[in-house]
Amino acid sequence: MLTRRIIPCFDVDQGRVVKGVSFVELRDAGDPVELAAQYDSQGADELVFLDITASSDARTSVYDMIRSTADQVFIPLTVGGGVRTPQDVRLMLESGADKVSINTAAIQRPELIEEGAKGFGSQCIVVAVDAKRVGPEKWEVFIHGGRTPTGIDAVQWAREATERGAGELLVTSMDTDGHQDGYDLGLLRAISDSVEVPIIASGGAGTPEHLYDAFTEGGADAVLAASIFHFGKYDIPTLKQYLADRGIPIRPVETGTETPVS
Amino acid sequence: MDVVIVDYGAGNLRSVARAVAHAGVEAKVSARPEDVVGAKALIVPGVGAAEDTMSNLRNAGLVEPILEYIASDRPFLGVCMGQQALFDYSEEGGRHDCLGVLPGKITRFPSGMTVPHMGWNTVRMRVEHPVFEGVPDDSFFYFVHSYHPAPSDDSVVLGETDYDGVTFPSVVGRGNVIATQFHPEKSSRWGLQLYANFLRLAKERGSIAPEGVGAR
Repeated sequence: MLTRRIIPCFDVDQGRVVKGVSFVELRDAGDPVELAAQYDSQGADELVFLDITASSDARTSVYDMIRSTADQVFIPLTVGGGVRTPQDVRLMLESGADKVSINTAAIQRPELIEEGAKGFGSQCIVVAVDAKRVGPEKWEVFIHGGRTPTGIDAVQWAREATERGAGELLVTSMDTDGHQDGYDLGLLRAISDSVEVPIIASGGAGTPEHLYDAFTEGGADAVLAASIFHFGKYDIPTLKQYLADRGIPIRPVETGTETPVS
Repeated sequence: MDVVIVDYGAGNLRSVARAVAHAGVEAKVSARPEDVVGAKALIVPGVGAAEDTMSNLRNAGLVEPILEYIASDRPFLGVCMGQQALFDYSEEGGRHDCLGVLPGKITRFPSGMTVPHMGWNTVRMRVEHPVFEGVPDDSFFYFVHSYHPAPSDDSVVLGETDYDGVTFPSVVGRGNVIATQFHPEKSSRWGLQLYANFLRLAKERGSIAPEGVGAR
């Protein structure tokens, strides 16, 4: 049975993880490779790195970071932040990302989704939708990290993005993000009912029950979470056990390592 | 040992090379027909669409070398599109002829399901296969695909996976050919174990086939 995914998200600045982690014993909490390996061993189903590097000179640092992480960690890696062109997508994938998340650039030039899907396959094109509630059952897409309203309906845009070739949607509620009060379940349900592709819920996870609600009421296929891990409140094995106990299909945490070739 | 990963521009080429490197084996990543024909173990990766995969293989002049390699009964591993390409044809985006190594077609999941089938799912082996040595039955592997094999000969199905009421072949093969719908190079511990097993068998006995079947 296909299991629901738990995906930790890290903010990366100049090749270093800046949104820290306190529950794992790390020599260097900013080292993406060590962090990724730890999360892999804890049962993370995928990892998302969000590049927030402001200076364009330092942007290439993200490629080195992906490369060294992918050399040692063998679970799917998604990278987002600052992806503007098919060439950006190519560089991310060639560095070792399995999926690339596109946000602002997809709104500004929706053809980028088609170009990415045609060139590299839908499976690696994630469209990130940042949405803000503007009515009882109505959400508007925002871009530029949530600073700029677009006037575009989020459910409409989600549908268009998948028609253009997005293989997955990363749906973030700007209303709930950072509050740890739970995901916007109405937004998740409205989008999951409207598209065929998997959706990743993002924004607002504070307790294990919030993840459960995102899967059941929200219809999400995966949950992205940052604060719930970074502030050390819960670790992945605890969350997975909680969800499994409540009947959500979950990949159990593996222990040990593979045996070598010879 | 000449382990060759066929380079025809597949998106997961490097991930596969990394998993092989993790097993302590240095593979040759090559688009040269003579490297393919001369390999001791051949791996064909792949993601994306069937049509593009086949036209890339044709344009690179790799179809005949791959068929020649497989015909010579040496260890072969196909991953995702590298697996789908083994069948007679794919229905993805119209009918596209594939390599015809395994009988049957590649077909889409029924509409109404969440597609792609994306994430971690279990594989139930039908046979005891040396490449799965040490891997518990019903272990989890990472999938991402919208199409799956529909073999016309049931004997090529080595393992199966259930998704939302549909059971599809997730490991196929015959003799020295094994191919997975999932991505072992993205499947953490057990995926790495498959690469390690494949490479060890190829090195030690020049065959990955179950004992007595096609081994030499």
